[in-house]
Amino acid sequence: MSDEPPLLSLEDVEVHFENNSSFLDFGGETQVVRAVDGVSLDIEERDVISIVGESGCGKTTLGKTAIGLQRPTGGSIKYRGHDMWAVRDGTSDADIEWADIRTSLQIIHQDPGSALNPNRRILSILSEPLKKVHPELSKVERHERIYGLLERVGMTPAADFVDRYPHQLSGGEQQRVALSRALLMNPDVILADEAISAVDVSLRVELMDLMLELQDEFDTSYIFISHDLSNARYFTEHGDGSIGVMYLGEMAEIGPADDVVQNPRHPYTKVLRWATPDLSLRQAGEMPMRTVDVPDPIDPPSGCRFHTRCPEAREACRDGTPSVYAQNGQRTQCFREDEDHEYWNSPELAD
Amino acid sequence: MATSTPVERTDDESADPVVRIQNASVTYDGGESFVLDHVTMDIERHEILGIVGESGSGKSMLASSLLDAIPDPGRLRGSIEYYPEDGEPIDVLSQSKEELRKMRWEEISMVFQGAMSSFNPTMRVGEHFEETLEAHDADVDSGLEFARQLLEDLYLEPERVLNSYPHELSGGMQQRAQIALSLVLKPEVLVMDEPTAALDLLMQRTILQLLRDLREKYDLTLVFITHDLPLVATLADRLGVVYAFEPIEVGTTEQMIQNAAHPYTRELLKSTPNLDAPLEAMRPIEGSQPAPVNVPDGCAYHPRCPLADHQCEMEDPGFHEVDETHRSACFHWEASRDEIPLNYADDLGEAARSGGEE
Repeated sequence: MSDEPPLLSLEDVEVHFENNSSFLDFGGETQVVRAVDGVSLDIEERDVISIVGESGCGKTTLGKTAIGLQRPTGGSIKYRGHDMWAVRDGTSDADIEWADIRTSLQIIHQDPGSALNPNRRILSILSEPLKKVHPELSKVERHERIYGLLERVGMTPAADFVDRYPHQLSGGEQQRVALSRALLMNPDVILADEAISAVDVSLRVELMDLMLELQDEFDTSYIFISHDLSNARYFTEHGDGSIGVMYLGEMAEIGPADDVVQNPRHPYTKVLRWATPDLSLRQAGEMPMRTVDVPDPIDPPSGCRFHTRCPEAREACRDGTPSVYAQNGQRTQCFREDEDHEYWNSPELAD
Repeated sequence: MATSTPVERTDDESADPVVRIQNASVTYDGGESFVLDHVTMDIERHEILGIVGESGSGKSMLASSLLDAIPDPGRLRGSIEYYPEDGEPIDVLSQSKEELRKMRWEEISMVFQGAMSSFNPTMRVGEHFEETLEAHDADVDSGLEFARQLLEDLYLEPERVLNSYPHELSGGMQQRAQIALSLVLKPEVLVMDEPTAALDLLMQRTILQLLRDLREKYDLTLVFITHDLPLVATLADRLGVVYAFEPIEVGTTEQMIQNAAHPYTRELLKSTPNLDAPLEAMRPIEGSQPAPVNVPDGCAYHPRCPLADHQCEMEDPGFHEVDETHRSACFHWEASRDEIPLNYADDLGEAARSGGEE
């Protein structure tokens, strides 16, 4: 088992977007948005990994890069040991087709209402990808699979739903259809990009439970993207996986879900914990951050990117970039992990 | 079918209400069914009231009713009175169109979900402030001065924001600018319908913190409508939970979180993921909410309720007094606490009321 290469392996992945500020602005400089910067990550079979962070931290870009929807500008992504983009370009001698890789890596979007074609009935929405990938199936076999899967995701009896249009379903039901569509491909990985954020808080546990049950049946891994640490915790701890915390394109902290939530090491993870409502209502207190808004990713702060907001920041954080410190399963990009670092003798940052 | 004869609710009378809602109902089909079902409720001056309900529970109708802004062709009946700080009470439902227009923004102001669609994308943010001030015959210069102060209160750079087009600001900045805009005419009441739902959690929490400060600074009354009970519980003084088009439990935040007496409130508290409860203690609520046309007889929650008996199927429970400030529309409010245990420690003491401030 340990000889097998990981299902997906991201190594030092960079995704930089060029933003030519305006096409009329000929002399203008090209701005580079560093959406993902130097992230390494392995995803195993039947793994669950959550990526959390604020809007614009690069979590969606990282997810899309991991499943081959976004080409990285640096670093590599291997699918079962084969460089994904070399396969795509035909420069790999691996015995695997790009189409098969793409089929085995699926996505569910945040807003199922706009991910499902509003002019098609549910049956036709689900038949289309099956026809493409399994043209050998007869119509009856196709319908059998679709009906069976719909009932499995809790839409019973399926016959009541297959002739409806997406707008005739509730948000939760639409998301179940989107999940079914991904599962019909028997994927190795499903990227769930804020997949439960649009449904009511009270329905999220049910949807997450369903996704985890299906993981057992379909042998899938999940990359679960969320801005909500409590959802990420529920999903990841149940799946025995890890949580990664992203900040401005970098992985600030990553580790087993329970450790990251109960014993956060990076000051930013602590901020996210503060932001997560807690029914004890104990932790309201002052905001543990020096500024409210995220800095511009076009011109990220020097040194540790979080130093402009970090409550613990010292001058050392502005001047140098912390390396990644590992402790047990937790990897943290912060000077405070190193007891002997000059950080501890460095003066506090004056705002 | 919904009740055809309105049930008299025990009125939770407050000494100093800013808005008093009595027997308010909204129908779209001439009284066959109701999307707001005979609601009686007071909003106290200078409180933060959280209204919590799932999608389709009628919570937004309650917000729109406060300003008689029900989308056509809905019919709003009952009585909604607004009590200005000084001056005579105003009967909102008998106001002319022009009087209502003035009341909105100057007395009661509203912020909706998705600031992106509330701003005109072709106008700079500053122009929205100017236009609003002009439309209400207010002095533009002093109004803009106040706007700058509000923007600063919300941790925004006033000049930069006023000179930006909406798309040049992040979602969180737009929503904060929208809150500043809603306060520029110094209203007494600010009603917010899912004001933070499209934002990430850190920004939501930050905005809640800022709202608390704004309430103190400008003596506001805040009504915060949301599906996210744990979130609003960090802000509100009082919570009202809405199920099937009417409030089913109202109390102080502390009473509602630590001592919820309605089975639905308790299930709702249990169903939300949090960071500390054991995983297996977070359970979804079985079943789903009724549509307006098939609200069950008796207690609307009885088909989903583990405590339901024959009485619940036949009779509308009406409000039972749990405590002086705590009312629950359930026959079994005393039993519910034992039958439906919560998944977090109930020995949290007084911290709840103050939101953790020492």
